[in-house]
Amino acid sequence: MAERKLRVMVGKPGLDGHDRGAKIIARAFRDAGFEVIYTGLHQTPEQIVAAAIQEDVDCVGLSILSGAHNTLLPRICELFREKQADDIIIFGGGVIPDDDIPGLKAAGLKEVFTPGTSTEDIVKWVKDNVPPRA
Amino acid sequence: MGEGQRPSPGLRKQCCLRERRTMALAEKILTGDIRSAARLMRDIDDGFRSAVDELKILYPHTGKAFIIGITGPPGAGKSTLVDQITAAYRRRGKTVGIVAIDPTSPFTGGAILGDRIRMNRHADDPGVFIRSLATRGHLGGLSRSTGDVVNVLDAMGMDVVIVETVGVGQDEIDIVSMAHTTTVVMVPGLGDDIQAIKAGILEIGDVFVVNKADRADADRTVRELATMLEMNPDRGKGWQPKVLKTEASRNRGIEELVDEFESHRVYLHDSGAIHHLLEEKNAKQFLEILRERLFSEVFSHIEVNGRFREIVAGMMTREKDPYSAVEEIVAERLRTGS
Ligand code: B12
Ligand SMILES: Nc1nc2c(ncn2[C@@H]2O[C@H](COP(=O)(O)OP(=O)(O)OP(=O)(O)O)[C@@H](O)[C@H]2O)c(=O)[nH]1
Ligand SMILES: [Mg+2]
Repeated sequence: MAERKLRVMVGKPGLDGHDRGAKIIARAFRDAGFEVIYTGLHQTPEQIVAAAIQEDVDCVGLSILSGAHNTLLPRICELFREKQADDIIIFGGGVIPDDDIPGLKAAGLKEVFTPGTSTEDIVKWVKDNVPPRA
Repeated sequence: MGEGQRPSPGLRKQCCLRERRTMALAEKILTGDIRSAARLMRDIDDGFRSAVDELKILYPHTGKAFIIGITGPPGAGKSTLVDQITAAYRRRGKTVGIVAIDPTSPFTGGAILGDRIRMNRHADDPGVFIRSLATRGHLGGLSRSTGDVVNVLDAMGMDVVIVETVGVGQDEIDIVSMAHTTTVVMVPGLGDDIQAIKAGILEIGDVFVVNKADRADADRTVRELATMLEMNPDRGKGWQPKVLKTEASRNRGIEELVDEFESHRVYLHDSGAIHHLLEEKNAKQFLEILRERLFSEVFSHIEVNGRFREIVAGMMTREKDPYSAVEEIVAERLRTGS
């Protein structure tokens, strides 16, 4: 029983008010047995990074449908590196054109999920790719 | 730690390895390292033995923070209040640690920790540290780890530590023995139901808040609560709890509330009541640790050596009764255990 419980943060950066996807993902993570910290809407990159560190999460899932992904997501990855917290795995989802995905991955996102992905697939990806803290 | 933890031999080895690697956490926390504090809280919550050694180092540095408990029914506005109280204390130049507890789903073991949504504007303020915890099956309104997580915040030098409990029914009153000042948050419109509220909740509050004062009936709820408090047989002795009105979502009544916290803090010290409170708190903490430690020592022993299974099997056929089994094991452990 004294094994690690996976802690996951779901963050909504920027002025994006679309929160259905984020909430659905948060619920799927809870149902998978994870502890989920949801930041709520309109978070700055700084707030997201500080919250993830204080909560000692294993990974951060960012939801973004506003179109601002190419500026906000790399900035968040950079801040995690600045804080020497880049062992926290970062991934994301939302309305993100396929052409932008390689750039986001190069910036530090481990995976990007676009509309239509099933929550089962996302949960499975997390289980396969996010080892709980040693 | 405790009943939840059933360390297997393999896991124990892993814990010892960890111990060597992480002994430095406490020292780093004392120099202000946020990451180490967050990690230790995780080790505490996950019941790692190494956390105990870190807590030993931190203990002499605790006992300085003013601990405020916030409890009340689901949705009363506790988190919104915590957010505003934090802002008010920051304006007064104080640093603030927050522990916010939400329930674990009994079906999946997962949890959505949503209190932070209302407070995350403070996330990147270096004078504030917020930690969300899940109950993980613990009853009483707090997680098993809450006390130790509060201690970490205390050792970090937070002036004020605010603990938000899960939305209470009536029996979840562990907060009283953790906080210096317990705040009970109510909302208008409880109507006649307020009569039905168990006396328990009235007895635990040092401060009562009727939040959502923008709603109709707020004044009536304040009056009803005040009347019920007056009927308390202990009335007239010591601290007299007041009923305050707030509108957390619009930051109304918050300065008055924080003034009331400070009045209670002064009362505790001037009257000497703090001594009694701390004595009870310390005794309770010690007994809890003793209980958990004894249990896990004995349990891991009888689980590894097969006695546990034997006893349960014996009970199936009624050859073994659990009462004698426990007596035997306790007697044995007291003889052989150091
Ligand atoms: C519903 C909706 C709204 C609702 C939002 C309600 C709410 N509270 O969420 C309302 C009507 C309010 C709205 C408003 C607007 N919208 Co709108 N909206 C949509 C719509 C139709 C569906 C979004 C949705 O909820 N999908 C259902 C959820 C479950 O899917 P999802 O979020 O995509 O999530 C899935 C994946 O993306 C992924 N995922 C998402 N997040 C995450 C996070 C993690 C961690 C992971 C692992 C996966 C993941 O997994 C999910 C499951 O597969 C989309 C079009 C579309 N088809 O996507 C437009 C869309 C997103 N909206 C758009 C726009 C422009 C707007 C407005 C600016 C319109 C306006 N001019 O006023 C406003 C802005 C609102 C604001 N403040 O931000 C554009 C965005 C354009 C862009 N990105 O370039 C879209 C794409 C429509 C379009 N084709 O133009 N919208
Ligand atoms: N009208 C009104 N709404 C408020 C007030 N304070 C908080 N709320 C709203 O009440 C809802 C619940 O607030 P929270 O702060 O999350 O309540 P809580 O007690 O922490 O809830 P749980 O942690 O889920 O038990 C939110 O929608 C708040 O915006 C208030 O003074 N007036
Ligand atoms: Mg809350």
